[in-house]
Amino acid sequence: MSTATATRAKAPVSNRIGLGLEPYRGLKTTLCAGCGHNSISERIVECFFEMGIDPTQVIKLSGIGCSSKSPAYFLSMSHGFNSVHGRMPAVATGAMLANKQLLALGVSGDGDTASIGLGQFVHMMRRNVPIVYVIEDNGCYGLTKGQFSATANLGSTAKSGIANELPPIDTCGLAVQLGATFVARSFSGDKKHLQSILKAALAHRGTAVLDVVSPCVTFNDHVGSTKSYKYVRENKVPLQSIGFVPHFEEIHLQEDFAPGTVYEVEMHDGSMLRLEKLEEDYDPTSRLKALDRIELATEEGQILTGVLYVSTDQPSFTEMLNLDDVPLAQLGQDRLRPPKSALDTVMEELA
Amino acid sequence: MQAVNASPSGEPVAIPELEVVNDLSIHVATVNGSGSQSSNLVLLRALFEMGVPVSGKNLFPSNIAGLPTWYTIRASKYGFTGRKKEVDFLVAMNPQTAHEDVQSLDPGRAVVYDEPLGLDALRDDLCFYPVPFDPITAAVCPQPKLRKLVRNMVYDGVLAALLDIEMEEIRKGINKQFSTKPKAAELNWNAAKAGFDWTNQNLVKRDPYRLTRMDGNKGKIIVEGNAAAALGAVFGGVSVITWYPITPSSSLAESAQGYLNRFRIDESTGKATFAVVQAEDELASIGMAIGAGWAGARAMTTTAGPGISLMSEFVGLAHFAEIPVVLIDVQRMGPSTGLPTRTSQGDFLSAATLSHGDTFHPMLIPGTPEECFEFSAKAFDVAERLQSPVFVMLDLDLGMNYWTADKFDYPDWDIDRGKVLSEEDIERLQGDWGRYRDVDDDGIAYRTIPGNRHPQAAYFARGTGHDEDANYSEREEDWIRNMDRIQKKMAGARKWLPEPVIEDGPKARVALVAAGTSHEAVREARSQLRQEYGFETAYCRVRGWPFSHATEEFIAKHDHVYVVDQNRDGQLRMLLRRQFPAIHDHLRSVCYYGGMPLDARTITDAIVEREGL
Repeated sequence: MSTATATRAKAPVSNRIGLGLEPYRGLKTTLCAGCGHNSISERIVECFFEMGIDPTQVIKLSGIGCSSKSPAYFLSMSHGFNSVHGRMPAVATGAMLANKQLLALGVSGDGDTASIGLGQFVHMMRRNVPIVYVIEDNGCYGLTKGQFSATANLGSTAKSGIANELPPIDTCGLAVQLGATFVARSFSGDKKHLQSILKAALAHRGTAVLDVVSPCVTFNDHVGSTKSYKYVRENKVPLQSIGFVPHFEEIHLQEDFAPGTVYEVEMHDGSMLRLEKLEEDYDPTSRLKALDRIELATEEGQILTGVLYVSTDQPSFTEMLNLDDVPLAQLGQDRLRPPKSALDTVMEELA
Repeated sequence: MQAVNASPSGEPVAIPELEVVNDLSIHVATVNGSGSQSSNLVLLRALFEMGVPVSGKNLFPSNIAGLPTWYTIRASKYGFTGRKKEVDFLVAMNPQTAHEDVQSLDPGRAVVYDEPLGLDALRDDLCFYPVPFDPITAAVCPQPKLRKLVRNMVYDGVLAALLDIEMEEIRKGINKQFSTKPKAAELNWNAAKAGFDWTNQNLVKRDPYRLTRMDGNKGKIIVEGNAAAALGAVFGGVSVITWYPITPSSSLAESAQGYLNRFRIDESTGKATFAVVQAEDELASIGMAIGAGWAGARAMTTTAGPGISLMSEFVGLAHFAEIPVVLIDVQRMGPSTGLPTRTSQGDFLSAATLSHGDTFHPMLIPGTPEECFEFSAKAFDVAERLQSPVFVMLDLDLGMNYWTADKFDYPDWDIDRGKVLSEEDIERLQGDWGRYRDVDDDGIAYRTIPGNRHPQAAYFARGTGHDEDANYSEREEDWIRNMDRIQKKMAGARKWLPEPVIEDGPKARVALVAAGTSHEAVREARSQLRQEYGFETAYCRVRGWPFSHATEEFIAKHDHVYVVDQNRDGQLRMLLRRQFPAIHDHLRSVCYYGGMPLDARTITDAIVEREGL
């Protein structure tokens, strides 16, 4: 099913564009040992390598926080931008306007996304900016020593024992509601699941929001926390068994599934996302049903994982703007400066 | 028209012996949202077409409809088109303000007013012209619903009759104003004609003001500074504009969008060589512009004071990560929401060093529409050469009002992208480059653009401390070296900024320094000082910050240098003091901060008083 495992079993020295693993790696992490974010960085390295993505055509961007430090730990051959707190979406949007051919990977945290950056997060999705936006979600502010973030669940306790009194913002619920065209939740401790979802997101063209629950081993991994490794393992409810076949591999039609038990989604680059239903009623192409189920999960303390919503027929922001085939950044003076006759015309009108 | 001297009450009014030709201010008081803008623009255009140097300033409230608004037209054969403090010809259409407007006039001035207001009872030293606007309008506009819209066009006809404005030019102005609506054009023309005919049949001219055709506008255009700056950006090669609506800068972005749609969509493919994005707020608009600048676009945003405040953190990042971006600030009166529809030069200080830490952002300061065009275009080159935010400082008066200007010159310089390394460059260097290395000893390092396919092209942009190769660093040597290099880079910025315009003479012991829209008022104030007091002055108009060495020499040469500021605290003067501490005791302030476009008399009076003339 998943090609990730199969490809890795062969331990290739190079991928389909002839690169080894090294260009996909980054500097040594400075995050805590056992931090979920490090696992996510590893998945990013593997997935970009296995998908054979040219790292020079990738931009990796982040805001501020532990998660936002991580772009230094992967994709050393990609341009990176560690911007300001909560406002990476704007920087990414601008960069994609300048060069719509790039692949943007945004890495953010729950504080960066759901508190200070909520406004930008929402508008990025509303525009369907082409980006893979990963939220490394640990329910707390690690870099400032463990304060609750806006994704912390009601009643979840801090290390000091204080209980969180405010309801959480569900970033996936928001994403579904506000126009993201690929919305998924995964867990940093579930390697295969995260790999498949990350690859599918890389094959998508539009805003792909990946909320990855990623425990903070230092400040939020204790009894009473709803973002600890233990709690997530015990309370995650997978919606589907996820398979992903990249476009450069042979896609076999699966005929051994009972009708109606599998969703097959052809992604923008021709890859196939195959979602084997674990919940009969769940329809990842229905905004309404997704929101309904997300709400129920919150009420029942479940962490819903899988592809919550996917739509491949909506134009991305750069498509909507009808931009020139040549990236704006690469246009020369002959294309950027209108001829003298144009100025003469305007001067005549104003005379 | 009969040359009989009688007021409506029958009292004789003395006619001044001399006619005043092509030198007056017309002040139209109306209600916001009553359609007066069309009438005012038609009037302005008629005077412009008659060859009389003219400007039109909209003194409007922060309101869509209902509050008082004034439009002031300055016509001057001498070419002085700054605001004139004294109103010569009042058109009182607004009952809310009519009494106060009339009381504020100097003796001998003229008032056209809506007859039922009965203003002639207020004073006996003015020339009153009562006009029954409603019956005149009703006679030419059978549909009551439309009367409100054409009523104001009647005063164009009245003024044409009283001031000898050519009706043919009024007609052309109406046709231009309503070029897509022939029916509306006809209706408005009928209203203007009715006002003209009624005046000729019923009123007796008793004021000295008159307009006559001259040759003052040959080769000229009439334009708002925002449109000029928008055109500058378009011809300067802008490729990404991100903005958030705010008075008085919105029309700049909208105007740019309009020109880009016309001139920058590829005819063969129908695709755009630009992106204009209305962002969710100024935090996002500057963020997008910075992202675009980093990724190789010619990027800009446009805003006003409150937006500048919101952009502060991001601008610090762009300064420190060294990303080119152009910010056009159309200044309005603050702090806070302040007077959002009034003009000021209140952002000089905050823009120059916007953000925390040691920051420094070059400014280009246009004082005319021609400079709005040129400086906006050139700002992109300056930003890309310096790899830094660059400000273009307009104000509401320049941006939103109509100015007479020379036709803009097509750029005779090539677009400059600054120091950018291509794939081939990196190959030639065998990958041995560093994003923040001072290779050329000018403080300006080389950058690569995302998408560069060379495996060693990438670097990591960040607001945190970094070494010469863009690696994260908290070492004090790295920090200090980097900050010193940026300072060195900025010390060289001056050569790419516009030089000051200096007018000096051997007789002038007193001098003025000004920037931006203070220029029109200073020009006229110098003339007043010369004509009325025989007092010669020198003048240095600064057009960029950091200031030029020529500005320093100029100040040093004159004992008393009056720095004209359109803000309370003398912000331009403070920037001069900061850069030239040795000569700061030469500087004196003339500060106006009432929100109106600066007028000459305010400057003249201040200098007369301080110099004891």
